[in-house]
Amino acid sequence: MKEEKIELIKDGKRLDGRDFEDLRPIKIEVGVLKRADGSCYFELGNNKALAAVYGPREKHPRHLQDAKTAVVTYRYNMAPFSVDDRKRPGPDRRSVEVSKVSRESLDPVILKEYYPKTAIDVYVELLQSDAGTRTAGINAASVALAAAGIPMRDLVSSVAVGKIDGEVVLDLNAVEDNHGEADMPVAMVARTDTITMLQMDGRFTKDEFERGLKLAKKACHEIYELQRTALIEKYSKSVGEGEE
Amino acid sequence: MGIEVMEDIRKDYVYDLIESGKRVDGRGFRDYREISVERDIINKAEGSALVKIGDTVVLVGVKLEPGTPFSDAPNKGILMTNAELRPGASPDFELGPPNENSVELARVVDRGIRGSEAIDLEKLCIEEGEKVWMTFIDIHPLDNDGNLVDAAALGAIASLLNTRIPNDRYELTGEDTLSIRDTPVAATMIKIGESILVDPNLYEANAATSKLTVISNADGTISGIQKSGTDGLKEEEIAEMVEIGIEKAGEIRKKYLGDIEA
Repeated sequence: MKEEKIELIKDGKRLDGRDFEDLRPIKIEVGVLKRADGSCYFELGNNKALAAVYGPREKHPRHLQDAKTAVVTYRYNMAPFSVDDRKRPGPDRRSVEVSKVSRESLDPVILKEYYPKTAIDVYVELLQSDAGTRTAGINAASVALAAAGIPMRDLVSSVAVGKIDGEVVLDLNAVEDNHGEADMPVAMVARTDTITMLQMDGRFTKDEFERGLKLAKKACHEIYELQRTALIEKYSKSVGEGEE
Repeated sequence: MGIEVMEDIRKDYVYDLIESGKRVDGRGFRDYREISVERDIINKAEGSALVKIGDTVVLVGVKLEPGTPFSDAPNKGILMTNAELRPGASPDFELGPPNENSVELARVVDRGIRGSEAIDLEKLCIEEGEKVWMTFIDIHPLDNDGNLVDAAALGAIASLLNTRIPNDRYELTGEDTLSIRDTPVAATMIKIGESILVDPNLYEANAATSKLTVISNADGTISGIQKSGTDGLKEEEIAEMVEIGIEKAGEIRKKYLGDIEA
């Protein structure tokens, strides 16, 4: 980290040509997997995330069942070839923590109490990683849950903000993340402006933190619209001419 | 079943008390339990601290060993933070590999120290590309009555502040004291109903659905945030919690780390 000093902002633009408040290009495909109950493929710049949802289905082993609600599990996994240096397969400490906060980011919107004693299992695979993977994963998982027909209060949208060359900017890519001064992933329920995930590392002043949170909020609303549109396009039925 | 019913009753009790402006142990919403920090109590460790926050007790030990640097940082020492939730500290802790709670505890403490750059990792280089000091911070909760993270973070920085580099043991020469440039302190808050409370004890933590830890530095900057729990928070609530967190961390720093120039 922060080895040789790299200039991340030149003439007011970022290295990939973006302005400070620009997201990377986003692509969303709904229902891409045959066997999963719900699925979503989500691209954020160079990140490629795939989410598969199963459930509600019977929770095994039975002693892990909850008599009052469904039990949500979330497994975030990076493919070994998704990063520059091969990632050793299997869970590591980072992915355990990412899985926990990601699950908690979705928890408030899932109507778990409708399905006592069941499991709702979310599997997120990062096929290619370029910083902001947990946010891409949450966006994919949220759409996949909706595609699985699981009753939800709303979708969850997620994005990271950070600080590069002293400026608060939106959605860091890997170079910016590696050489930047701070990174703060945020997830929120856009309709109610409720923040369901918030993490931060690096160094922010209180003012930078507040500006960062506002910036993330605005971007989550943009992502929310894209998620909604993707679901509507997939599941809206076109009615033929002359039919009522 | 019996235990679950008791837990529900307890949650209701905590909740009702807070709605009427009180806490189970009579504290104000913005008050910490009594804190104590004892440094240098394990002489086999390079640095150590025993932190008590009320009945929560956490022992933190720091060990240093020479090792090989990471290839992308050949001139920097290595920092590793680990937490083990041993069953002796709580009937809720079970033996076995680290679970998400112990991993989260260790990573949040690590984030605060790393983000603040409290340790000058370049000073831990022995021979560039070959040999550097690996610093292990091991968090060992002894008794869990809630808010392990604040106790662990305070224990970590208190330990680092009295850590000696064991040059003699490895027949090396060099600076014997670990240079610490900042003092990150964690402050944890929960929301119950519409109220924000600092330093939740175990009953309160179990009754809360959202929790925010803010780690801040001597100059008031923030070097780590972690939200957890199954409920969301509003932007204004988070802003308020960050403000309280920075203030509380300042008080704790002054009182318990004050004799150290960082």
